Amino acid sequence: MQLTQPELLDAYRHMRMIRAFELKLEELVATGRLIGFLHLYVGQEAVAVGVCRWLRETDVVASSHRPHGHCIAKGLDVTAMMAELYGRATGCCKGKGGSMHLSDLDKGMLGANGIVGAGIPLATGAALSAKLRRTGGVAVAFLGEGATNTGAFHESLNMAANWTLPVVYVVENNGWGEFTPAEHVLPVADVAVRAGSYAMASTIADGMDFFDVAGKAREAIERARTGRGPTLLECKTYRFKGHFIGDSLAYRSKAEAERWERRDPLARFEQRALAAGVSAAQLRAIDAAIDDRLVTAVMAAEAAPLPELAEVMRDVYAGGAA
Amino acid sequence: MTRARSLSFGQAINEAIRIAMQTDPAVILLGEDVVGGGARTDEGVDEMGGVFGTTRGLGKAFPDRVLDTPISEMGLMGAAVGAAATGLRPVVELMFIDFIGVCLDPLLNQAAKLRYMSGGKARVPLTVRTITGAGMQGAAQHSQSLYGITAGIPGLKTVIPATPHDAKGLLLAAIRDDDPVIFCEPKGLLFGSGDVPEGDYEVPIGKARLVREGTHVSLVGMGATVPMCEQAADELAGDGISAEVLDLRSLAPLDEEALLATLRKTGRIVIVDEATPRCGIASDVAALCADRGFGALKAPVKLVTAQHAPVPFSKPLELAHMPSPAKIVAAVRAQRAHR
Repeated sequence: MQLTQPELLDAYRHMRMIRAFELKLEELVATGRLIGFLHLYVGQEAVAVGVCRWLRETDVVASSHRPHGHCIAKGLDVTAMMAELYGRATGCCKGKGGSMHLSDLDKGMLGANGIVGAGIPLATGAALSAKLRRTGGVAVAFLGEGATNTGAFHESLNMAANWTLPVVYVVENNGWGEFTPAEHVLPVADVAVRAGSYAMASTIADGMDFFDVAGKAREAIERARTGRGPTLLECKTYRFKGHFIGDSLAYRSKAEAERWERRDPLARFEQRALAAGVSAAQLRAIDAAIDDRLVTAVMAAEAAPLPELAEVMRDVYAGGAA
Repeated sequence: MTRARSLSFGQAINEAIRIAMQTDPAVILLGEDVVGGGARTDEGVDEMGGVFGTTRGLGKAFPDRVLDTPISEMGLMGAAVGAAATGLRPVVELMFIDFIGVCLDPLLNQAAKLRYMSGGKARVPLTVRTITGAGMQGAAQHSQSLYGITAGIPGLKTVIPATPHDAKGLLLAAIRDDDPVIFCEPKGLLFGSGDVPEGDYEVPIGKARLVREGTHVSLVGMGATVPMCEQAADELAGDGISAEVLDLRSLAPLDEEALLATLRKTGRIVIVDEATPRCGIASDVAALCADRGFGALKAPVKLVTAQHAPVPFSKPLELAHMPSPAKIVAAVRAQRAHR
């Protein structure tokens, strides 16, 4: 996977923004400025960015309960996202969605989802729509390894393979389904093998390595876009933080976390980028700009108006409340 | 819209889908067996068109837009929601509403809430056609009237026609609606027929239908209980009791004004529902009458519903479980005995 310097900087910018956004949320919750059910994406940045860099704005992504990384990688505005997490009228969903329901249809983000596995058939339907309307569009479902145990997953893969749909199922296997280790509830080490039941292409990527994810995602998205059907792309990764902010992490060992932290996708990316001729000064300038941008986003969110109470009954139906 | 001819309920539905597909290339039809073996090219086979043949012929007319799905209600319903949110206008056949248990999440948590959760940016123009009701010895898992579940979920609409005329017009309105609509097809009416206008027309969602006027009591029905109410009204007329009959047609949104208007006119209301009595449309309408029509009530509100039990298989048990014209007449008489 060879990228130009501007492409490398763009990938770094997205990964670094995701990392900084999530750490900012952690800080805001710790200091009592933000509340909500927040599931952080720290550690998995290479997956969202490695996949979404091949998507067009009109391509559709269905996300999960851990959606901030997918949203940023798909091009959502962090100021509108932050305002949404603050429940403000200026949020990307007018303050009515929150973290687990972030979406922006204008950017092809069909939505985060509070129900594990529920986004998988939605992406499958978006792919059916793209195919029938002949748009050349592709749909991507981001899901965890835990969601591969749902019926929605298996029913969707069967339909997608049967109909040769332009969809990529990206499984972020981070080893943990909430507080339960994956191996306690999964009889297979690699969920990629599940594609075999559906005669579907599959591949496994090192989810801590942007370049490996990006190379395999490009191939899968190209397969979808050229009418050659769906792919199950399993990315082996790790969530550096708990299931949600406030999770005690009592259920997993520090040694395990440290093993994975040594493979931090941002640090590995930086090494590769420096070797490819990007300068450290360029990366630090990006860091500073992102940190500034997030400070501004938080200030804007905290200053933004709360929704009018009449919003409770708006958007229930097309023509207003019924 | 020109002249009317007699069509069966199923033919009226078929005609509505055909018109919707002719007038809008975004409309697709998907479900289990909606084509059937007729999708193959073997000699001497025909489309099944679903379990009751309702969609027969549509697969041949629109081969790219009529899709047989695997028996995967969760997957197909979720896919239909995703397709609806991204430019298509899917009509899904959920063979029997009893199967909603295996595909409720896409309706409850996705279709119903996407518009709201996105702050109004998403729309889900999805129609779910589904067979409801008892009377064919379908037993406990093929006979329920579970529309109370969907009618109670904000963001969904639920309609149930009682005539082939309304079946065609309500289905066209449902397909063209920008919100998810559950369209119920009552089993007890599927093989009946009635006058259906030719051409393209819509029956508005949210409007009840005054079936017949009366002065002493209002019989409020929906779907298959509407003809039961009409039969009961005929019988009551012999006793000198003039019964008004209101067909709700739209369970969500509910035509509260039409309900209150008939209540104000007669002061007595009997609600007839094929569903079980608790937490359903009948009890909901009764609560509405007590809350907003209390001053007009001359007698207690009466409910004639199925019994609070699963639908039994054996014919006499099934009939005992269901509402009937005789039960409606008895309820009216009991209500009149109240002083």
